[in-house]
This record gives sequence, C-alpha cells and structure tokens, in this order.
Amino acid sequence: MTTSAFLLVGVLVAPLLGAVAALLLRGRAGTITATVAAALTVLLAVPMFFSRGVVKPVGRGSGLWHEVDWTWVPALELRLNLGVDGISYPLVVLTALLTLLCCGYLVWQRPERANQLAALLLVIEVGILGTFLAFNLVLFFLAFEVVLLPMAAVIAGWGGPARRAAALKFALYTLAGSVLLLVAVVAVVTQTGTADIGRLTAEPGLLSHDAQLWIFGLFAIAFAVKSPLWPLHTWLPDAHTEAPTVGSVILAGVLLKMGTYGLIRVGVGVTPEGAAAFAPALGVLAVAAILIGSLVCLSQIEVKRLIAYSSVGHMGFVLLGIATLNEIGLQAALIGNIAHGLLTGLLFFLAGAIKDRAHTGLLADLGGLRERQPWLAGVLGFAALGSLGLPGLAGFWGEAFAVVASVQRGGTLWTVLAVLAAIGGALTAAYLLRLLRRVSHGPQAATLAGAPEARVPELVAWSPLVALALLLGVMPMLVLGMSADAVAALTTGAVTP
Amino acid sequence: MIATLVLAPLVCGLVGLLLPMRNRPLGAALGIAGAAVSLVLTVLLLADGTRGEFSTTWARFGDLGVTLTALVDTRALLMSLAVAVVALCVQVYSVGYLAGDGRYGPYAAQISIFTGAMLTVVFSGDLISLLIGWEVMGACSYLLIAHDRTLPEAPAAAVKAFLVTRVGDIGFLLGIVLLGVTAGSFRITEVLAAVPSMSGTTVTAAALLLLAGVAGKSAQFPLHTWLPDAMAGPTPISALIHAATMVAAGVYVVARLFPVFAASPTALAVMAAMAGVTLLLGALAATAADDIKRVLAWSTVSQLGYMMAALSAKAVDAAMFHLLAHAAFKALLFLCAGSVIHAVGGNLMSRMGGLRKDMPLTFWTMTIGLGALIGLPPFVGFFSKEAVVGALHAQPALWLAALLGVALTAWYSTRLWLLTFFGRPRDASVHAHEPGWAMRAPLLLLAVPAAGLGVGALVADYELAHLGVELVLPLALAVLGVAAAWWGWRRADGGDPAAVLGTAGPFLAGGLGLDTVQDRLVVRPVRALSRAVTLVDVSGVDGAVNGLGRATTGAGAGLAAWHRATLPRALAGILVGAVLVTVTAVVFA
Repeated sequence: MTTSAFLLVGVLVAPLLGAVAALLLRGRAGTITATVAAALTVLLAVPMFFSRGVVKPVGRGSGLWHEVDWTWVPALELRLNLGVDGISYPLVVLTALLTLLCCGYLVWQRPERANQLAALLLVIEVGILGTFLAFNLVLFFLAFEVVLLPMAAVIAGWGGPARRAAALKFALYTLAGSVLLLVAVVAVVTQTGTADIGRLTAEPGLLSHDAQLWIFGLFAIAFAVKSPLWPLHTWLPDAHTEAPTVGSVILAGVLLKMGTYGLIRVGVGVTPEGAAAFAPALGVLAVAAILIGSLVCLSQIEVKRLIAYSSVGHMGFVLLGIATLNEIGLQAALIGNIAHGLLTGLLFFLAGAIKDRAHTGLLADLGGLRERQPWLAGVLGFAALGSLGLPGLAGFWGEAFAVVASVQRGGTLWTVLAVLAAIGGALTAAYLLRLLRRVSHGPQAATLAGAPEARVPELVAWSPLVALALLLGVMPMLVLGMSADAVAALTTGAVTP
Repeated sequence: MIATLVLAPLVCGLVGLLLPMRNRPLGAALGIAGAAVSLVLTVLLLADGTRGEFSTTWARFGDLGVTLTALVDTRALLMSLAVAVVALCVQVYSVGYLAGDGRYGPYAAQISIFTGAMLTVVFSGDLISLLIGWEVMGACSYLLIAHDRTLPEAPAAAVKAFLVTRVGDIGFLLGIVLLGVTAGSFRITEVLAAVPSMSGTTVTAAALLLLAGVAGKSAQFPLHTWLPDAMAGPTPISALIHAATMVAAGVYVVARLFPVFAASPTALAVMAAMAGVTLLLGALAATAADDIKRVLAWSTVSQLGYMMAALSAKAVDAAMFHLLAHAAFKALLFLCAGSVIHAVGGNLMSRMGGLRKDMPLTFWTMTIGLGALIGLPPFVGFFSKEAVVGALHAQPALWLAALLGVALTAWYSTRLWLLTFFGRPRDASVHAHEPGWAMRAPLLLLAVPAAGLGVGALVADYELAHLGVELVLPLALAVLGVAAAWWGWRRADGGDPAAVLGTAGPFLAGGLGLDTVQDRLVVRPVRALSRAVTLVDVSGVDGAVNGLGRATTGAGAGLAAWHRATLPRALAGILVGAVLVTVTAVVFA
C-alpha cells in the first residue's frame, strides 16, 4: 500500500474503528478511546500536506496531492476513489481538529452516555471526511448521506427540550435535499457513463449544455439546503438551538461546509455551464441571506439561535464568493469557509459554556459576564470581533474579498450585490456588539451569580481555535497558497453568459 | 526597522492581553515599553533619512495581490512621532490616573494595540493593510470606551462609536475595493499612478466612498455623533483618541491618498461643505456643554473641520500642520482635564472653580493648551490655524465659517478656563490637589510642543509658519471671543457665561438634536425592519416549511383513515376495481 492510500484510507478508517471501539467500551474508557481515534485522525491528516506530490494542474485537470482509486461496485460506477488537493485539504484538517476538540470536551464534560455521543461524532467525521475526499460521484453521495442520521441522533439524543421536533425537521429537510442530489448523480452517471469527478471536471463537454443546466439546478438546491442558502435555511436555527454544544460545533463548524464544498467541487466542477447560468440567481440569494440573516439576528432573544442565524449571514458571504465564479471569489469562499468554521465553532463552544453556567440562553436574563468571568468574556469578545469580520482575524479575508470578487465581476447587478454585502457587514457588527453588550457588559445578572470562570479544559478546547483564527488573519496564505492552483484550474475556461 | 516600529506595540499588546489581569507592574511596563520602542525608532528613522517604499507579497487572490508595504516619507514619520509621543504620555499618565483599577493589564495592552494599529495606518503602503489598521483601531476604541465598569452609559457609548464608524467604513471598504480592482493592485503607489487613467465617474465614486469612511473616523458631520459620547472612556483614552489616533487617521488618509480626491472636484466640494458644517457645529455645541470633557470633545470635532477644510482647499501641508499641532495641544488639554477630574472627582464644570491656586501646574499647562486651541501667539495653534484659514481665501463661504469658528473657539475656551480655574470654588466638598508625578510629567512634556512648536517652525523657516498682516483679522476675532466670554463671566458675577444663550444652551449642548435625528432616521427604521424580516422569516418561510410538513402528515392520516374502510364500502371498492380491470383488459386486449 502506498503512502497516499495509507493516509487517505487511514483518515476514514481511524475514526470508524474508533467509533466501534467507543461503543464497545462503555463509560469513560469509550470516550477516551474516541478521543485517541480523533487524535490519530489529525495525525494522519497532517502528513498529507508534507508528503504531497506537487502536480500543477493542466487546464481543468486535477492536481491531486494524493489519490487512491480502487474498484468497489462496478455495476453502480461506485469506486473507492479518494483524493485530496488544496481545495479539500484545509477542510479535512478543520474537520479532524474540531472533532478532536469535541471528543476531548466530552471527556471533560461527561454527559450521559458520552461514549455513544463520541462514537456518533466519529461516524459523522467519517461521513464529512468522505465527502471532502471523494472523487467518485456515487461515493460522494454515499458519504454525504452517512452524516445525516448520526447528526439527527445527536440532536435527538442529547439536545434541549424541543430536540425531537428539531431532529426530525433536520433529518427530513436535508433528506429532501439529498434526494435531489441522488437524482442529479444518477443523471450525470447515466448521461456520461462515468462517475469520476476528476474526469468530469476536466472534460465538461461530456454533459450537454442543457443537461448541465438542469443538473446544476438539482445540485444547487441540494447543496443550498446544506449550506444553508436563504430561503432553504429554516432547519438550521431549530437544529442549532436544540443540539448539544458539541453537536452545534460540528454542525456549524464543518457540516455546513459540505454544502459549499459540494457546490464548488461538484457544482462548479462538473457542471460549469450550469453554474454560469445560475450564478446571478445564486448571487442574489446569497446577498439576501447576508441581509436577512443579519437583520433577523438583530432581534433574536436567545444566544444560540442568534449564533445560528449568524451562520446564515456568514455562509451568504461564502456563497456570494462562489457565485462570482472567478478566482478571487472562490478563494474568498474557501478561506471564508475555514474562518467561519473556526469562529462559529468557537462561538458555539462559548454559548454552550454560558448556557451550562446560567441555565438559560435568553439574552434578557444574561449580563455582566465580564465582572466575574473575565476570561470567558474575553474569549467571547475575541470570537465576536472575529466573527464580525475584524481585519487581522480570519473572518476578514473571506468577507472583504467576496466583495472584491463581486466588484471585479463588474456590471450593475454585481456592483449592487457588492454594496449590499458591504452593508450586511455593518449589520453583522451591529448584532454581534448587541450580543456582547447583553452578555458581557452591564451589571452582573442573577443567573450568573456564583458561576465559575472558564476552566482549564475549556480553555484548552478553545485555544486552538483562537490561535488559528489569529494565525489565519495574519497569514491568509496558509489556506490561499494551498488552494491557488486548484482554484485556477477550476476557473479555467470559465464560461460567462 | 519599520516593521519593529509598528510591531513593537502590537506584540506588547497581544502579550499583555494574556497576562494575569491584576499584574499591574508588568502590564504597565509592557505598555510603556511598546510606545517607547516606537518613539526611539521613529526618531532614529527621522534622523538617518530613511525614506522610500519597502514591499513584500502577503497574499494572493487570483491575479490580485495583497502586499505588506511600508511607505516611509517625512510626513509619515512626523505623524508617527506624534502618535508615539502621545501614546507614551498616555501610558505613563494612566499609571497614575487608573491607580485603583483592577484590570490594568488588558487596558494597557489595548492601548498598545491601538497605537500599533494607528502606526499601521501611518506607514501602510497598501490599501488592505491600511484597512486592517483602520478597523483594528475601531475595535480598540470600542474596548477602551467600554472599560469603565462603573459608568452605566459606557457600553452604549462604545457600541455607538464602533457602529457609527463602521457605517462609514462600508464606504471605505467599497472605495478601497473599487480603487484596487480598477488599478489591478492595492499598492498605494500603483493605485495613485493609475488614478489619471481612471474614468471620472470611477474616481469620484471612489473618493466619495472613501470620504464616508473618513467622515466616520474623523468625526465629520453627519457621522460625528459618536465622538462626544465616547467621553465615557477613561480620560487618557480620550486624549489618545482625540489627539493622535482614530480621529487623526481620517485626515491623514486623505492626505496620503490626496491625488484621488484632487482628481474629483465633486469630492472636494462635498468635503468642503462637510468641513464647514462640522467646524461650526462643533464650535456651537462646545459653547454650552457643562461637562469639561464634552467641551473638549466638541472642540475636537470643530478642529477636525478646520483640517478637512484645508484639505478641501488642496492645502494638504496646512492640514497636516494643524493635525500635528492639534495632536500636541489636544492631548495636553485632555490630560489636564483628567488632572482636574482626578482632583474634583467629577466632570462637571458647575462643580469646579477657583482651582488655579491649588493646582498651579495643571493651571499653567492647561492655559498653554487653551491658548493654542484659541490660536493665540506664540502658541502653536496660532500658526497652524492661520495656515488653514489663509488657505481658504479662494472659498469665501468656508473662509467666513472658519473666521466665525475662530471667535467661537475663543469664547468657549475662555469660558472653560474661567469656570474651572477662576472665581470661587463652587463645591465646598472638593479639596483639589496636584496629581502625582506619573501624571504631571506628561503634562510638562506635552506643554513643550503646544507652546513652542510654532515658534520652532518659524525659526526653522518652515514656509507655513510666518508672520504677516493677514494674521490680524483672525487674531482680532480671537481676542473678541476671549473678551466676550470674560464680559459674560463678569456680568454673571463669576457664573456661567453660557447663561446668555438662554434656552438655546441645552439644545446646543445636546449637539443640536442630531442624535435624535440619527435615531429616527437610522436606528429605529433598522430595528423595525429587523422585526419585520424576522416575522416574515419565522411565519412566512419557516411557516411554509412547517405547513408543508403538517399538510403531509394530515394527508397521510386522512388516507390512512380512508383505508380503514367498513365492510360494505370495502366490498364496493373491490367490485369497482374488478370491473375497471376487466374493462381495461377487454378494451386494450
């Protein structure tokens, strides 16, 4: 077995075995085993970068760092075709890291049936990593689906008071999206006779123009549900509000990225002409998401719901970047994806910590966090400033350069979209400062009296996210440098209607 | 060396944030060290004649590159000198002023980051890194204004400062993006070189968009409303914001990107109108305020109007001269006011009076500062303000506004001076005293440039500092303002000269009701829109989803109930089915 195959298959097998072991070993031993498996996954993901084969892509060809291609079910065109390049690698690392932090958090937090929860997180990780690594369309669909039920189980099993309804809504809504994805995948395979994403991307002529139009439409709806794109977003606030802390972190941190990643890799890659045709509509909806998400946030009264809606706005910037279909926009979308994963993951960790202490998430019942919990308030302030796109932190690059990409695209429509997106940026600041003012400032609320300061295990879980948000803010090339070649290939010969 | 100059306070600040909060000595030492390193390096760079552009690639988005570029010229170094001196004074002064503060570590660290961000703006040769420093300053001002936990209005003032400037920054970001995309680069030298080849519309749009951001940061009408409220921050922070960072950034950036503005007559006209309104508005609002810091805050608004007026008349050097002069005397004035507040235990001038005898050092340094603000010779303000007023001859309306502003400035400055230091003590419970040396030393240090910078420039034969017959008119108006205030004070028997304003006083002190206008025109509509959109999103969009779910469940239940048929209906159904099948078979066979 080559190094490539070892690493690519390893990052999927490690969490899978870990999940099984965590279920078999009951109690704390199970959670610790899960954490070890998650750590092993990180250790397997890191060397992917250092042992990469540097292939500069030719035309729309793929420049994979590692690839493995094994036959699996020939009748269904299903092959175990895995690969990693600069577009997927940052997401792979983010997924592995967040899962590790969540499993470690469970070891410390010790909820009921923690080993089962950790096992489910690992299964989710397998699905997410599979989605990011799959270069076979059928395999991509399978991995996309693997995530769904365990996530619903996490919400239903460990969530808040209205967890069952939220889990059901999440499962049915995203399942509806997946059905469309299945139809699109089947259509591509029957029309072209291949499910090889690399080949389909390199030769977009395999699909006729008309086929690309309606197949992209199906892809777009399926991925829009996952991302989520307004107006297909309403499963998200419910799911986030009810999900346990680790569920929210994974959901916001990486699960949503499956949608945007799919849109880039499959939507723009396999059906570029469809993407070009639908780009203006996508851009308009993305900007609507930015504005509506921010405006709704301004009148939210619950902290987790507020952060959930903020995701709608932030993912709007990512989708705007994708919709421009130029190199700047796609690069902005990729770094925006990572930044949102880090900062919103951190925000959900903090929201969980606050709710655990105050036993309420209502903004009206919170206040004065900085009086007795200065570290908790300090990290919350950092996360909020990062999330509002403060330059110097990770969130800035994705949002500012989505606007740049939109202006670069030119024309009345895209200029107006850029202006509206910039206004959305100011609204983002308004609701996040409102959040800080309600939670951190003012006199100490009764609910927080006697609540403990941030504990060391919590700070350990948060600090990698804080450090990475700062690091990416100062050194954006860490992500941009990896993806530059792949993005350039993807936008080669881009058709603009 | 430039990198160290900018990074020293930034790194000191970031390290300081991680320190235990109550470790005062280390926090203070880090803060002072960061500012001191910047100051020493600035002086070295000024001395050794290093000038030019130093650039390295930072990030690439497709074919658009972002660079880390330092653009070092004498103007940048002089600005950096002002920033470093004021920051150092503020750091030292804070040790005494916030002696009992339990969170000194983060406070000093945030000042350091603030300083570093301003230095980033000063030296940036790339629009994106300039934007980063620009926004980080906004965040630091937010954090520092909200620092005082005993003031209930502080958090609201902090949010207001951040949001009002952020509204302007929508324009600033779009302006930068427009220039960068049109020029194909964010490097300032390349952008400015590309300006002549851009279309008139593009340049005007970019200049007006940038101007929105400048108006936010430099507190120009109509985005000036945050500055008076920002007084909720600790007094040294006011000195920092008003003198060398934040508000100075707007004027400085216009100077740095001046070719963009110069290429657009429309933008210059808008700037001139904005400046005229701002300088009169600030001066009028300062006439009646009772809070000593608010008077100074409104005076900053007014003085910034002078700087923008000079810029709109293409007198960039005059604007920068006044900016540097203002940095010296306004920092001095705020720190003096801090000394007074420290002694009196409150901001209101109605509780002060007769402090001259107990606080001689504060009295004399503040007299120098006020003299400079009024524009009395030989203080620096006399020369710098005359340079501005002299540049406005070509625009009669603006020139008249500036002259009127001179008289008003003299009036309110004299009022502040008389109410604070002369007459009888109005509050018997006040036992005034001079502060400790940590607070006295910065006053003495800043008094030197406030008093002598103008004469120094004259001696050094700097072209903008000169003596001539055209100085008579502004000087006469200033003397008139001083005399009017003194007369009003005597007439009110040592009372408030603003009594002559009658009922107009509170209206003026309240900023001419513009806060209400802003609330009605922006804040409330946005809130209402937010509620409406939430309603649509919850009832409309999500309602449709939930409705679809309920309809499906309902339809399923109905169908299930229909299936559970009684025997006669079931038999009839089977019969009908059999007939249908038979007929179909016969017909299609």
